[in-house]
Amino acid sequence: MTHKLTQGDQVLHVDTLARVEGEGGMHVVVKDGLVADVELRIFEPPRFFEAFLRGRAWTEPPDITARICGICPVAYQMSSCLAIEDACGVTVPEEIRLLRRLLYCGEWIESHALHIHLLHAPDFLGYAGAIEMAADHGAIVERGLLLKKTGNALMTLVGGRAIHPVNVRVGGFYRLPTVEELRSIRPALERARDDAVATVALVGGLEFPDMVQPQEYVALRSPHGYPLESGSVVTSTGRAFEVADFGANVVEEHVARSNALHAHLDGTTPYVVGPLARYALNHDQLGPLAKQAAHDAGLGDECRNPFQSIVVRAVELVHAIDEAARIIDTWDGASAPFVDVPPRAGVGYGATEAPRGLLYHRYELAEDGTILDATIVPPTSQNQPSIEADLRAFVQDRLDLPHEELVRQCEQAIRNYDPCISCATHFLDLTVEEQ
Amino acid sequence: MTENGRPKLAVWKFASCDGCQLTLLNCEDELIPLAGAVEIAYFPEATRAVVEGPYDVSLVEGSVTTAADAERIQEVRQASRLLVTIGACATSGGIQALRNFADVAEYRSIVYAHPEYVETLERSTPIAAHVTVDYELHGCPVDSKQLLEVLAAFVQGRRPRIPTYSVCVECKRRGSLCVAVAHGTLCLGPVTLAGCGALCPAFARGCYGCFGPQDTANTDSLADRLSILGMDESQVLRVFRTFNAGAEAFRRESERHDGARHDTEKHESQQHEEATP
Repeated sequence: MTHKLTQGDQVLHVDTLARVEGEGGMHVVVKDGLVADVELRIFEPPRFFEAFLRGRAWTEPPDITARICGICPVAYQMSSCLAIEDACGVTVPEEIRLLRRLLYCGEWIESHALHIHLLHAPDFLGYAGAIEMAADHGAIVERGLLLKKTGNALMTLVGGRAIHPVNVRVGGFYRLPTVEELRSIRPALERARDDAVATVALVGGLEFPDMVQPQEYVALRSPHGYPLESGSVVTSTGRAFEVADFGANVVEEHVARSNALHAHLDGTTPYVVGPLARYALNHDQLGPLAKQAAHDAGLGDECRNPFQSIVVRAVELVHAIDEAARIIDTWDGASAPFVDVPPRAGVGYGATEAPRGLLYHRYELAEDGTILDATIVPPTSQNQPSIEADLRAFVQDRLDLPHEELVRQCEQAIRNYDPCISCATHFLDLTVEEQ
Repeated sequence: MTENGRPKLAVWKFASCDGCQLTLLNCEDELIPLAGAVEIAYFPEATRAVVEGPYDVSLVEGSVTTAADAERIQEVRQASRLLVTIGACATSGGIQALRNFADVAEYRSIVYAHPEYVETLERSTPIAAHVTVDYELHGCPVDSKQLLEVLAAFVQGRRPRIPTYSVCVECKRRGSLCVAVAHGTLCLGPVTLAGCGALCPAFARGCYGCFGPQDTANTDSLADRLSILGMDESQVLRVFRTFNAGAEAFRRESERHDGARHDTEKHESQQHEEATP
């Protein structure tokens, strides 16, 4: 089917979006040559985490919420630990925070390497997937896999395993890695650092469709450096609020087409979380190597073309590797693997930066630590309205493209967000409908 | 088979976290050689290319939680010569099977402002409750070495060499300290299927059962022990009611400790004959 959409009123439809985590589709309605409606459809079945967390013990969310997403389990573990510790009035010692940051670096390396090389690069280089791409670009795919392997190795070292790590508990860790164990991964990190810098150069040279994203950017900002495991909320229009006030600033809306709730600032303004938002609001906190790589790739203080998110992701990959090496080099052990977190009645809030953006958790506990209420707002939920806004602008400018090509480019535009549909169900399939 | 004799592999997703199919992408050293040995014919998480069925081996991740998925799994079965389920969701219903012990209408209204927009079944069920399954690989998530062994076995036309003994056997072999005996730590190792390499005890925590029950799990005896260690009924219930809550042995044990058990008949129909090839 290669008819052009401007020849009439049409519908673009993709049933199952490929190379995203989870199940979703897209539906675009074009009427009289104008985009009338864009819907991101999330039909990943609901799994009701917030419901079955009620009645569980305060110690359980790190293991349970990890199962929301196999690609970013550490994000769920970290946000849930912070929220529960907040409810119980406990702050973990500095060494525990650093070890959490190190584990989180592993997840960023694994997730970003996966998305850059296996999920997004095939769009830019014209392949259906990384395995097809490997036939012509074997070295790129191999480099991506090696980077991913290093991220997974770091997660395994600190967390026990890469998918659903077993070593995280409320209050810290079950077992501390030894200095020798941590140093054993240094050679792999050295190699990864060079590979990541080469990746920035590679993706910085790709061709990007023109597009400027007008939305407000939202990310954490932390005294402990580029935001991963801690911080409070800042936005590109100068709003700033504590994580505890997230619920007062963000309104989640339930729309018929999606099992993922749509999040808006103040109930009306779509906003963007993730690499572009983090970079715009925190680029000053990148390490020297990541700053240099960003500069060499032509990135300024802010990047508003969502297609260039792949470049920012690669810059963050450099930073995560550099940061992991820095933490390991300064690590001289901790006094205890965890601190006790005795339960008490109260409400706690936690937010960290998942690879895809800010991930918010809120728990209300009874006196004995039983969870009375849980709220989880994943990054893809927050990005959903913006993905739809991007698609609306993107499709309108490209209605003269052949249908197949337009569908392919729309998929690419959606993958700019590295949408994690498994997380957000509470996501993709592309239809463009002719009316 | 494809024209060049490579078997066609398909990877399907139902309700899940994507972690088990990610396990395949996490085989960084084996992925490209694997793509040479089999034709990856359908794997939406990895490629938008779709090769038409039928498929020689289908890997199925996730549980059935919607009416549409209950129909889709029938189509997957029909298109597949061998169907292998991977992970706790596909083999036991997963963490989302916690709804099986609750009122799903209430769950829906807790999470969603407009429950009427959300289509969901009352229960989360394993794939074998719907279609004949040729092999079940357990774990939350599955172990990458076990996954590669299963794929290799089916490509070579043999039974996979996957142990059916408990985590305790792996733990002894690894030479880990028994956290249950030495520290009185709650550990599901004696009743849990091996496969993870006895990971948790090596990290100074008890096994939490993410590979599901082993073949001859004496959960009753372990539950007694947990009571002696000072756990109350609700704690014992929660121990068995996690990622494999719907697996027969764990389900039965949790229900023994469920004072507020409201709907036994709901679960009777849930029992399924484990399919054998």
